[in-house]
Amino acid sequence: MSFLDLKNVTKIYPNGTKAVHETSLSVDEGEFMVFVGPSGCGKSTLLRMVAGLEDITEGDINLDGKLINEVDPSERDVAMVFQNYALYPHMNVYNNLAYGLKNRGIDKETIEQKVNDAAKLLQISDYLQRKPSMLSGGQRQRVAMGRAIVRNPKIFLFDEPLSNLDAKLRIQMRLEIKKLQQKVGVTSIFVTHDQVEAMTLADRLAVINNGIIEQLGTPIEIYDNPKSLFVAGFIGSPQMNFLDGNIKNKTLSAEGFEIKDIGSDFEGEVKLGIRPEHLSQSENSLINLKVDLVEQLGSDNLVYGQLKDKKDFCYRCPGNLTIEKGADLSLNIENNKYYIFDKSTGKRVN
Amino acid sequence: MTRFITSSFSHLILLIGILIMVVPVWMIFASSTHTSSMINMNGLQMFLGDSFYENYLRVLLYQGGFFKEITALKMFFNSFIMATGVAILSVVTSLMAAYALVYYRIKYATLLFWIIFITILVPLELRIFPTYSVMAELNLVNSYFGLIVPISASAIATLFFRQFYKTVPDELLESAKLDGANTWRFFVDFLIPLSKTMIVAMLIFMFVFGYNQYLWPLLVTTSEQYWTVVMGLKMMSGSIVHRFAFVMMSMVPPILIIIVLQKYFIKGVFQDK
Repeated sequence: MSFLDLKNVTKIYPNGTKAVHETSLSVDEGEFMVFVGPSGCGKSTLLRMVAGLEDITEGDINLDGKLINEVDPSERDVAMVFQNYALYPHMNVYNNLAYGLKNRGIDKETIEQKVNDAAKLLQISDYLQRKPSMLSGGQRQRVAMGRAIVRNPKIFLFDEPLSNLDAKLRIQMRLEIKKLQQKVGVTSIFVTHDQVEAMTLADRLAVINNGIIEQLGTPIEIYDNPKSLFVAGFIGSPQMNFLDGNIKNKTLSAEGFEIKDIGSDFEGEVKLGIRPEHLSQSENSLINLKVDLVEQLGSDNLVYGQLKDKKDFCYRCPGNLTIEKGADLSLNIENNKYYIFDKSTGKRVN
Repeated sequence: MTRFITSSFSHLILLIGILIMVVPVWMIFASSTHTSSMINMNGLQMFLGDSFYENYLRVLLYQGGFFKEITALKMFFNSFIMATGVAILSVVTSLMAAYALVYYRIKYATLLFWIIFITILVPLELRIFPTYSVMAELNLVNSYFGLIVPISASAIATLFFRQFYKTVPDELLESAKLDGANTWRFFVDFLIPLSKTMIVAMLIFMFVFGYNQYLWPLLVTTSEQYWTVVMGLKMMSGSIVHRFAFVMMSMVPPILIIIVLQKYFIKGVFQDK
């Protein structure tokens, strides 16, 4: 049995909404697990069930070899960082960190030492006497993390903690969270709807949709090998291009081009997925793109345009290529990196 | 220019309003510092006289009432006990009632709250007979307890605290839970400090409410030992200057409470926000 074990966990709200469907998942000790999915997919509910803030309708959750279904949140020894930090507004930073320890009846000197250590680790030692209202967003974020670290819990739970920060700070805190987790080595679950955050932080990633884990794996596995249309569309930025197509006798025909020998026995209506970064310009082209708009990011250019059938399409090319608006590009798929999904079920078929 | 005129005009109106309110009080105060023969001959006075100490001291220590058993000093003491008791008891009960209504999973909590709220529409005068008979049966007539308890359930304070608790984000409770706080600790360590300013405001409000009670103390006390200041206003006999002095003194405690506590009130409001 692994460190955290979810077995057929289901959540049905009193009004009948099914937020989580028989989900099973295990997280190893020290692992950084990320739940990613669109809003309302049940990822936060799952996290809150681990924390004990939501009742479990069906199924079991085991933490460190102990069934915790009925254990009170205060007894579970988990720490959580909330989206809006949930700092205690009437206490200064020191007391915010110390409160959980005080409730556990730890003596004063030990508390002081632990708080000071955590403050040093997070570089908030200078603000210990301040109230949360006198801190900036990034500092508040650190205090929230400090409150989790100081208790030395069995597991850290992060509920979209970076979504209230501005873009630059978000990237910085993302790095810091990752470094911190590696340093402290505590098992962590991180919930986010931002796939970049998910990819960069995760040891393993669970892509959740409609209360079901669509795919579980390392970020690279999921990026390289998405098992469903949803995962393919959700992971990767800019989003994967999808084209309608049809397979007959191992030949896929889409609007304007054909791919032979697709290595699948599937026949029928499909969606063809091509990542913008898996395209290149070449003579013997497959796809003809009329350029509408070019976004220059410096290192890369994102080229947006339309195919013959007026379908929107994106192509990512190195930043040193100059592409004019209105140009006609002939593109080829690099190394046959394309994904085919059954149109009716969304399952991968190649 | 037109702006200057309109602004002066509105200031003039405000000034007149202030005068209408302040002048009678000042006249009573000024008159209370004269001798009673002076008032009887010349009417109310606008300027201070020289009998201030003499009049006020006499009023404070004079044995009043039918049986000459009570001094004004004792009435102030009684009023203070009653007002403080009402303030503290009503704030404590409303805090706890609101806590239970908002945070406990009580069935029909909203309905219960509205039932509490409806009691605002039922004045003391309406329930005065049953309340009195309960107090009489419990043998609480002529006691501080009897003065305080029946008027210490405040629907208004419950409303205020309930509305405030509803604005406290759920994450705070959840975070506190994960930090090992139980129901009682959350109440004491979070809700009470967070509603500090509101508690002070309610204490002021309920203190003045308790201090101003007239009918209930009149009914529930038969011994002069339990007379309060507001009852005394009616019961005190004596010359006109002494009554004036008593009226002036009766205004002091509520004003004092507001001045003293408002400092904390404002401090709380500006520091926490």
